[in-house]
Amino acid sequence: MTAAVPPLVIAGREFRSRLILGTGGFANHEVLASALAASGAELVTVALRRLDPAARGSILDVLEAAGVDVLPNTAGCYTARDAVITAQLAREAFDTDWIKLEVIGDDRTLLPDAVELVSAAEELVDDGFVVLPYTTDDPILARRLEDVGCAAVMPLGSPIGSGMGIRNPYNISIMVERSGVPVVLDAGVGTASDAALAIELGCDAVLCASAISRAHDPAAMARAIALAVESGALARAAGRIPRRRYAEASTPEEGLPVFEHPEP
Amino acid sequence: MKVRAIVNGEPRELPAGATVADVVSALPDAPGGRGLAVAVDGEVVPRGTWSAAPVPDGARVEIVVAVQGG
Repeated sequence: MTAAVPPLVIAGREFRSRLILGTGGFANHEVLASALAASGAELVTVALRRLDPAARGSILDVLEAAGVDVLPNTAGCYTARDAVITAQLAREAFDTDWIKLEVIGDDRTLLPDAVELVSAAEELVDDGFVVLPYTTDDPILARRLEDVGCAAVMPLGSPIGSGMGIRNPYNISIMVERSGVPVVLDAGVGTASDAALAIELGCDAVLCASAISRAHDPAAMARAIALAVESGALARAAGRIPRRRYAEASTPEEGLPVFEHPEP
Repeated sequence: MKVRAIVNGEPRELPAGATVADVVSALPDAPGGRGLAVAVDGEVVPRGTWSAAPVPDGARVEIVVAVQGG
């Protein structure tokens, strides 16, 4: 193997795996643990919710046993104010200043609210957070997020949990070309090929939850997507051929024998 | 004189002078604060100040922990 894939680096921290695992949607902690092991992910999201006295066991036990880093999110926040408080609670709870920033606009599309998102990002960066914002596939919004100091940008391929893959690969390519921070594809992956495409387009990593957690066999899908991410990175490094509208023969024309055909 | 507070959406009566630390330690299966954070009236109360932070009358207390998500 000649084309070595360098490690993923976000805010100075190195990761060998370019797959970040989202933990939403797993049937239970055992299924999560097996998918986590199969994924090879080193960075894993969690959410914050009110303490449920009836809950049994903490997801933190699963993540600690696996030796992975926790990336808390602000899922469910609709305003910059709520997202900032949630991030501060996460910093207290998990002793990390990393935050996956989500500020959504409505509960049907779960699309980011760009105005609130940039506002929250700016405030959190000023407060010392390493901010990884979930954003749309808009290159201009990505630039604004980078300008306020985000450590990465995390565009959606398509809506959260939709499994619709990457709906605008051209925008993702533009973001990759123009971004000075890592680009992490954060939503929409439905199966392994979507993850491979994201990395082939130049994304630095893929964050994947539902495609794995809601698959018929989550651990098997985790392994498939991990391999797809690795494969995509190797393909990207190897350099794909340009697309062309007409054929280009791979067999040389030189030396083609000439056959005489008798008149019928 | 009791203190009335809303803890995770539920009305609660606490002894006068109750602190955030008292509320946390009274939780069933008290998790000892690991992976847990507290906000009172929309402000995060840092773990190190729980025992010195009284719960004001009428306060809204949110106690959160890690769950699957994202």
